[in-house]
Amino acid sequence: MGDWDFIVGHYNYWIAIFLAMAGLYIVIARGNLIKKLVGLNVFQSSVFILYISFAKVEGGTAPILAKGIDVYSNPLPHVLILTAIVVGVATTALGLALVVRIRAEYGTIEEDDIHSQDESM
Amino acid sequence: MSFAHLPALVIVIPLICAPLCVLLRRKDWAFVVAVLATWASFACSILLTIQVMEVGTISYAMGGWAPPYGIEIRLDALSVYILLIVSGIGSVVAPYARNSLLLEHIEERAHMFFSAYLLCLCGLMGVTVTGDAFNLFVFLEISSLSSYVLIALGSDRRALTASYQYLVMGTIGATFIVIAVGLLYQATGSLNMADIANRLPEAGYTNRTVIAAFAFLVIGAGLKIAIFPLHQWLPNAYTYAPNVVSAFLAATATKVSVYILLRFVFSVFGVEFSFETLPTALPFLVLAVLAMFLPSIVACFQKNVKRVLAYSSVAQIGYMILGLGFVSVAGLTASILHLFNHALMKGALFLVLGAVFYRIGSCHIDRMAGLAKRMPWTMAAFVGGGLSLIGVPTTAGFVSKWYLILAALEKGWWYVAVLIVVSSLIAVVYVFRVIEAAYFRDAPEDLRDVAEAPISLLVPAWILVFANFYFGVETSVSVGIAERAAQALMGAG
Repeated sequence: MGDWDFIVGHYNYWIAIFLAMAGLYIVIARGNLIKKLVGLNVFQSSVFILYISFAKVEGGTAPILAKGIDVYSNPLPHVLILTAIVVGVATTALGLALVVRIRAEYGTIEEDDIHSQDESM
Repeated sequence: MSFAHLPALVIVIPLICAPLCVLLRRKDWAFVVAVLATWASFACSILLTIQVMEVGTISYAMGGWAPPYGIEIRLDALSVYILLIVSGIGSVVAPYARNSLLLEHIEERAHMFFSAYLLCLCGLMGVTVTGDAFNLFVFLEISSLSSYVLIALGSDRRALTASYQYLVMGTIGATFIVIAVGLLYQATGSLNMADIANRLPEAGYTNRTVIAAFAFLVIGAGLKIAIFPLHQWLPNAYTYAPNVVSAFLAATATKVSVYILLRFVFSVFGVEFSFETLPTALPFLVLAVLAMFLPSIVACFQKNVKRVLAYSSVAQIGYMILGLGFVSVAGLTASILHLFNHALMKGALFLVLGAVFYRIGSCHIDRMAGLAKRMPWTMAAFVGGGLSLIGVPTTAGFVSKWYLILAALEKGWWYVAVLIVVSSLIAVVYVFRVIEAAYFRDAPEDLRDVAEAPISLLVPAWILVFANFYFGVETSVSVGIAERAAQALMGAG
């Protein structure tokens, strides 16, 4: 397999890596607490895509027990990711709840402003 | 009652009692339920420990589905040891919470607090007992999510930003662990940890997927443990959390994360892959030594005593990672033993600070001046815990440092042994700063007539202080189990 085939053949991983890096970049580079949570979500989604894409079996359909279905995708990663999505939703909800409380206490959701308020105390 | 279901009961009890606390709505009832649940879990852990010591590894098929397809609960010496630490600290801290919450403006939501507390306990214990890699992540997130809630309950508004910061860092760490589990599943086709360990040699140690999984796992666990450069979330989280939460998390949460690292690096990946195929030991040793010194020095300049202890926690994690980096039975024994002893000392010290806060409403070192005259029992407990933190002979802290130094000498690395001793001297500085203030300085004007802390706060603190001295002299249990766990971990590779 040539280099080109290797790169193209693993395109699902490139997408996952791009999303993961984009998500982490948002978390690090943005000062807005909501945008940070968005970045965190993008990062988590990249992992969901990673799991779902490696569960795919070429030519396979959905894993349903029915006549004529012999080749199907691996259902186990799907189930795992359902759980991970639930965890992700809980994390986002909690994060947003914290941002609401932070806004009530500090009157801002910009990291720099929060820091300067803490410094001046 | 049948003992066969104990491995499930130990986590099911707090899991069921958590929503019960919310439904009861009355803070007194919630308190009783929480205390009984933690005590029941502790009793289960003791029974399980005895069982594991007698018959060896216990495997329990959750819901009757046989492993490796079903989720397995697997208890060996290391799991029960950590289980014992978590449930033990949990059952000492729970009775303490009732009075401690009173002054932190969360008393009216105490039932919610106890619910989150039990969920956190359940998650932490779940991580230690499960034999399934993905299940471990789920339990880790149960404990993490509830600990974010617990930290955010702190009375200072900075608790909110500390909790938010921990949420972001913790989620990144946990997601890294999921990536690692996914890659391992891809390489071996299994999620059961023992099964993965058996299939890994087949996948090949030079397999790039396996190496990537290892890297993600170590970084992810490192974030959760707060290994030196990844510790940024820890000082704020421990400082601004309610005192009872600081005590509980400092004594348990990082220990469980170290367990995850030990379990994967030694049991799943195996010693041969982790340390012979990959050069993992050296980075661990370097980071451990940096952790022993830099955060300790920072601790010496903090004004808030909770912050001193938080930075000291980062330093103590260094000792645990150092023992791991020795890659020998002696080093691992010291490491695992220090998990236990550090839980005792940090638990005791944070509980003492909670009692101080209860009376003077602050943990600032200047406010604590002259406090020993007014709160003699509280400050005596601080001295006890502090001696253990330094590692004075006859305390638990001495035992783990002794084993760590022996392990270093066994390797012939005498300079590492010297570094361990020197770093302990820095602990003398930051502990003595507090003792000096409390014993040899005059109290501030407005704090001349504070009373001794109530008995309900002193008793749990003193139980842990006594444990520090008990396990500093009578070491057969704590060292015995740690040694067996270390042998099992090294032998597995």
